[in-house]
Amino acid sequence: MNRPWALSARTVDATTTRAFAAALAPVVRPGDLVLLVGALGAGKTVFAQGFGAALGVEGPVTSPTFTLVRQYRCSAAGEVELFVHADLYRLDHLREVGDLALPELLAEGAVALVEWGDAGAPVLGESALEVVIVPGGSEGPDTRTITVSGRGPRWAGRLGQVAAALQGFGPFEPECAT
Amino acid sequence: MSDPLVLGIETSCDETAAAVVGPGREVRSSVVASQVDVHARFGGVVPELAGRAHLELLVPVIAEALERAGADGHPPVGAVAATSGPGLMGSLLVGLSHAKALSMAWAVPFVGVNHLEGHLFASLLDHPDLEWPLVVLLVSGGHTMLVLVEGLGRYRLLGQTLDDAAGEAFDKVARFLGLGYPGGPAVDRVAAGGDSGAFAFPRAMAEKGYDFSFSGLKTAVVRAVEREPSASTPDVAASFQEAVVDVLVTKARRAVAATGSKGLCLAGGVAANSLLRARVEAACVEDEVAALVPSQAMCTDNAAMIAAAGQWRLAHGGPSSLDLGADPNLALALGAGTPGQ
Repeated sequence: MNRPWALSARTVDATTTRAFAAALAPVVRPGDLVLLVGALGAGKTVFAQGFGAALGVEGPVTSPTFTLVRQYRCSAAGEVELFVHADLYRLDHLREVGDLALPELLAEGAVALVEWGDAGAPVLGESALEVVIVPGGSEGPDTRTITVSGRGPRWAGRLGQVAAALQGFGPFEPECAT
Repeated sequence: MSDPLVLGIETSCDETAAAVVGPGREVRSSVVASQVDVHARFGGVVPELAGRAHLELLVPVIAEALERAGADGHPPVGAVAATSGPGLMGSLLVGLSHAKALSMAWAVPFVGVNHLEGHLFASLLDHPDLEWPLVVLLVSGGHTMLVLVEGLGRYRLLGQTLDDAAGEAFDKVARFLGLGYPGGPAVDRVAAGGDSGAFAFPRAMAEKGYDFSFSGLKTAVVRAVEREPSASTPDVAASFQEAVVDVLVTKARRAVAATGSKGLCLAGGVAANSLLRARVEAACVEDEVAALVPSQAMCTDNAAMIAAAGQWRLAHGGPSSLDLGADPNLALALGAGTPGQ
């Protein structure tokens, strides 16, 4: 079954957004692509830092906006050895996304977290975990709604796994995307 | 043995530059072709465009640098230096490959230069009588770091950004405020007419250590404008700029005091910011240390600083291998090199 799925949760501040990312990280396997979507100031940096640290990256996960792609070796403990953090913010043409060689890095077993990844989705492959962060809401400006959705063969059937990893952030608002 | 005439080539980001530096770090020529017009449309550097533009510009830029320097011998220079990183992969490769080819064609040594070390040498070109130790505040679109320079080639990284570079924060806030690219000069200009006390933006980690964080500041600007859509753009820009400069100068001063440094040196593209320059100069007067504020030409990427750094590297470590690759994430070699000058 290849049905896309999605679930949504709330985080109340940067610390819980970071914790949310850290909880999600153990779910990813070598070769997985994660697209990170959100406006300027939504909390993508905080998410990336929590995610990278949980994968075993030592030292700060800094902005990839300038170099477009940063690669980090992960500590030996986990299954993932290479964490690739990319940012498509400055790219204007889809064909430039190809120059970043992300599919090749994924094929070699890296995990890629791609900021402004929705823009590059068409050329990055059919399988992706998409994380959409929307800031604000009635509970204050630090609140975030984070929607995690899986699509394509790599993520089909992994809803249960993701939901279990994130259970501390539930109950989820069930969303069954088509 | 006197230092050779060195051709420097710099293509790490959006400037295509070539320069010739002679013995005693005398700048014989320095030519910079900027791609800012190409990139302005996109609100940032577009790597594919950058690589292509470097390809088109590099040959005429080198020819002009050699001509202005009067380097018309065979070979025209005694060595070729090029930036090998950090920077954008495609852009770095254009300059690096070209430098290697010239070195082979002219049968002269080739030396790869770290762009960050180049910025340190930029200060040396402006202020030949630098006294060690000194603290360098290197702030650009891709970097924000405090480096203790104990002597040429002897560097200690005191702190750096944990997320966004200061210049990147300027670019992103400028784009958000609709001020255009490059963001630094745009914010600087607009902020001149604003009230820097209008918004109390956060000074992340101002009281703690030498590391920086600007991601939260950018978020605070976005939230403030969302909350108050009618807010005056000059006020927002001025308050943002004040917060960035305040953190940079506070930490740099603390670093100078803690290391007993004789001066504070500004480097990198953000060093062109008028408020940062004024604050550094005022702080150094108050603290009775030397303020080494680079000329506008030496703030931005140029090849004279690469040629000067290459000349020094050549004398102290010899030529680089022609196998030297471009490294987008190249770090400043810390503690390496020969002690003293």
